[in-house]
Amino acid sequence: MKVTLKIWRQPDAQTKGAMHTYDLDGVSSDMSFLEMLDVLNEDLIAKGEDPVAFDSDCREGICGMCGLMINGQAHGPEVTTTCQLHMRSFKDGDEIVIEPWRADAFPVIKDLVVDRGAFDRMIQAGGFISVNTGSAPEAHSVPVPRDDAIRAFNVATCIGCGACVAACPNGSASLFMGAKITHLGELPQGQPERDSRVVGMVSQHDAEGFGGCTNIGECTAACPKEIPLDVISQLNRDLQTALRHGH
Amino acid sequence: MTDMPDTTLTGDPSHDAPGEPADDAAGYYTPGDPIRDTKAPEGPIADRWQTRKFEARLVNPSNRRKLDVIIVGTGLAGGAAAATLGEAGYNVKSFCYQDSPRRAHSIAAQGGINAAKNYKEDGDSVHRLFYDTVKGGDYRSRESNVYRLAEVSTNIIDQCVAQGVPFAREYGGLLDNRSFGGVQVSRTFYARGQTGQQLLIGAYQAMERQVAAGTVEQFTRHEMLELIVVDGKARGIVARDMVTGEIQTHLADVVVLASGGYGNVFFLSTNAMGSNVTASWRAHRKGAYMANPCYTQIHPTCIPVTGSHQSKLTLMSESLRNDGRIWVPKKQADCEKDPRDIPEEDRDYYLERIYPSFGNLVPRDIASRAAKNVCDEGRGVGPAVEGVRRGVYLDFSAAIERLGRDGIEEKYDNLFDMYARITGENPYEVPMRIYPAVHYVMGGLWVDYDLQSSIPGLFVTGEANFSDHGANRLGASALMQGLADGYFVLPHTIRDYLADGPFEKIDESHPAVVEARAAVEDRVAHFLNTKGTRSVDSYHRELGNIMWEYCGMERTEDGLKKAIDLIRTLKDDFWRNVKVLGTADSLNQSLEKAGRVADFLELGELMCIDALNRRESCGGHFRGESQTDDGEALRHDDHFAYVAAWEFAGDGEPPVLHKEDLVYTAIEMKQRSYK
Ligand SMILES: Cc1cc2nc3c(=O)[nH]c(=O)nc-3n(C[C@H](O)[C@H](O)[C@H](O)COP(=O)(O)OP(=O)(O)OC[C@H]3O[C@@H](n4cnc5c(N)ncnc54)[C@H](O)[C@@H]3O)c2cc1C
Ligand code: SF4
Ligand code: FES
Repeated sequence: MKVTLKIWRQPDAQTKGAMHTYDLDGVSSDMSFLEMLDVLNEDLIAKGEDPVAFDSDCREGICGMCGLMINGQAHGPEVTTTCQLHMRSFKDGDEIVIEPWRADAFPVIKDLVVDRGAFDRMIQAGGFISVNTGSAPEAHSVPVPRDDAIRAFNVATCIGCGACVAACPNGSASLFMGAKITHLGELPQGQPERDSRVVGMVSQHDAEGFGGCTNIGECTAACPKEIPLDVISQLNRDLQTALRHGH
Repeated sequence: MTDMPDTTLTGDPSHDAPGEPADDAAGYYTPGDPIRDTKAPEGPIADRWQTRKFEARLVNPSNRRKLDVIIVGTGLAGGAAAATLGEAGYNVKSFCYQDSPRRAHSIAAQGGINAAKNYKEDGDSVHRLFYDTVKGGDYRSRESNVYRLAEVSTNIIDQCVAQGVPFAREYGGLLDNRSFGGVQVSRTFYARGQTGQQLLIGAYQAMERQVAAGTVEQFTRHEMLELIVVDGKARGIVARDMVTGEIQTHLADVVVLASGGYGNVFFLSTNAMGSNVTASWRAHRKGAYMANPCYTQIHPTCIPVTGSHQSKLTLMSESLRNDGRIWVPKKQADCEKDPRDIPEEDRDYYLERIYPSFGNLVPRDIASRAAKNVCDEGRGVGPAVEGVRRGVYLDFSAAIERLGRDGIEEKYDNLFDMYARITGENPYEVPMRIYPAVHYVMGGLWVDYDLQSSIPGLFVTGEANFSDHGANRLGASALMQGLADGYFVLPHTIRDYLADGPFEKIDESHPAVVEARAAVEDRVAHFLNTKGTRSVDSYHRELGNIMWEYCGMERTEDGLKKAIDLIRTLKDDFWRNVKVLGTADSLNQSLEKAGRVADFLELGELMCIDALNRRESCGGHFRGESQTDDGEALRHDDHFAYVAAWEFAGDGEPPVLHKEDLVYTAIEMKQRSYK
């Protein structure tokens, strides 16, 4: 099939970008979306034009490296990552608009590549359990109710892709943060630092320039791992509790 | 190690002693001195690690702050090491090419991690895990290292649980285990089909905690392009900031490479797009031996190739083999039919037929070759690519009947979803189609018992070293090895080296530093100035085809020699005709790839030479010339029970082969049989 691509091109963070249009023929429905861009890039190189920069690594939907706004939707029309989106979700003659994540806290580096370093800094602010190597007790010394373990797992699947932020009109990272708070907060091992974790992460979140949550729900709709909105309620509850405890 | 006479082959096959196999690689390499000392302590195997830990000198806590450690890689091996050395108070610099340490390719591991906890009381023990690993590796690994791996495996689980890794649990709240590829006990811990992700996030969070504490400084989107060796010791790296293009020098007292595997030399593999050999290869060119580079693991359960646009292959965890049955039609004529219309009696469950006691759970190398054989016979299924159907069925209908759809969903949900997403087929209804793909490399930089390479001060951990897996790795053992190296082994062995530090201060004007930096700058300039006609990817794809064809599941003398010629020609063309657009001082993904492909081209040639030298079949290395009458792999312990450690001898010079003889004291070498 044949598609028309409108792609955001921006040489670097300092230079202004613009949309460019490319026609691409010979696209097969078995191709992944990124393989389609690979084919475009090979064409561009052959013509002596700079290929389109975009991020990807695992191409299995697990590393969180990829992420594009496709026709205004984070990761495109399906509930999955950009790398797992396939061209069978499009049809011959489609026009596809491709942009980078748009958020103040994620500056563009080049074309479709953005800087998500803010996520690492939020984890540094408390998204961990403090246990030095070698000091852990025997794994079976603390049984964890199976339901708690499952709930922790279900939200621990967040891949840190940033689609929630890109989809949110406020540019909030509450879903990402809520997922971490809930993952560690569901487990007995995460209890001792529960208060300091939420306070630390929330203040870093705000310092990074992410917006506040106004319960719109676009984040969860865009999330490829279907992290539920109630992690944000848990985040808010934990924050209230921590503040009550005098943090 | 006992001393063995230097039995290296001479360059001329006519000098071979009677009964010696022909030296297929004669003329392609130079014999070198054997490796006699691996630094493994003497004594009973169960005591060796305790002995080494005790003997390794301590570093005074107040001195640690003055010791700089560079760690390249943030996967399980590198992330765990950065966290642990940071906690100990060393001054750590951590590098990765992704935009966050959490994205290292360890994240993609699905199936699980082994540990000899024996929670199931099914007869598991440290010794059994050791035994299984050595046997699974087809008696081509170093026993002291493997024993240590089994020994520290239990600590890993404790550590990960304490970090909040949400492993699967039973109703009573205790940890669940499953059995995994090629073993008969249940010792695999898992987090649904995303074990690597959860383990890596545990290590990543521990590392980020150290970033906050100021002991670890992280450099994301930085690619190591050269090793700095001063007075014979590894003292730093040259890295390129992938955003600004700046070439940077980082100096330290010790360098750790945890840069992962090089399966992408095959272009198509289950590795991440960016996985590469550059860090290891640059070290190899500076003196680090590369061991057993030809040992490649080809994983039996991957989604088949669909066409020439394919950029990578996707693994379906082999845990699926616990419940799925593998088959192809008995008759070629049935291969086009809807599998559901093929009656039971017309199906060939070939693994169950050939290997009745292990059936669908035979080790990976065996399952992969069997799939290739049935497809070569013309009984493959799915769409034909270049004229051949390369796929076999992995059928869950019996398991769905037995466990219900819910039962299967709970165990494998994300894998089934991923399969449906990629193929557009629903595996709950139609059997999956799978085919082998390159997945893991057992080969890597040679290390001694301390995980130190042949360059003092350069340590290598995780998949990047030649590891504990011999000629074949058992499922769920790479995660174990990465975390064992990073959390529990390296931190002890590196301190013995660092006890002599801090080493003499060097600065950027040191000739060795200037030279390393200039080499990187020249290479970058060369790629941009060549202005040839072919894209980097087109070279990479062609190299991959050569490797897959001649150095893949079956290797022969003729094929390998042909491959070496083809690779040399391709390499030549690459350096003269590659087309890299853009500039050096900005994000330039073609430039990044060019450097990686340049190194893959050199590695590919060495892999073929190594495969040519090893005229035996062992583990993942199958030489057509060395098989039994019924087509099973045939090892030759009398000639090849050694690690082949290759030394770089200069561009265009044949590499030098150093042999480390493998001596087993705690285990008896046997011909593997899974029948
Ligand atoms: C799809 C898949 C599934 C798997 N499933 C399992 C499983 O179920 N169980 C199991 O035990 N094993 C499994 N494995 C194998 C296992 O995941 C890997 O062997 C292991 O995770 C490797 O870890 P590592 O830390 O050595 O390297 P990696 O995790 O690959 O990390 C490499 C690191 O090095 C960095 N790096 C590389 N080159 C450079 C450079 N030049 N400059 C700077 N940084 C660099 C990267 O950025 C990255 O941080 C699987 C592998 C794959 C591909
Ligand atoms: S919550 Fe979902 S959308 Fe947000 S970073 Fe995590 S996986 Fe991505
Ligand atoms: S590339 Fe890893 S999630 Fe898409």
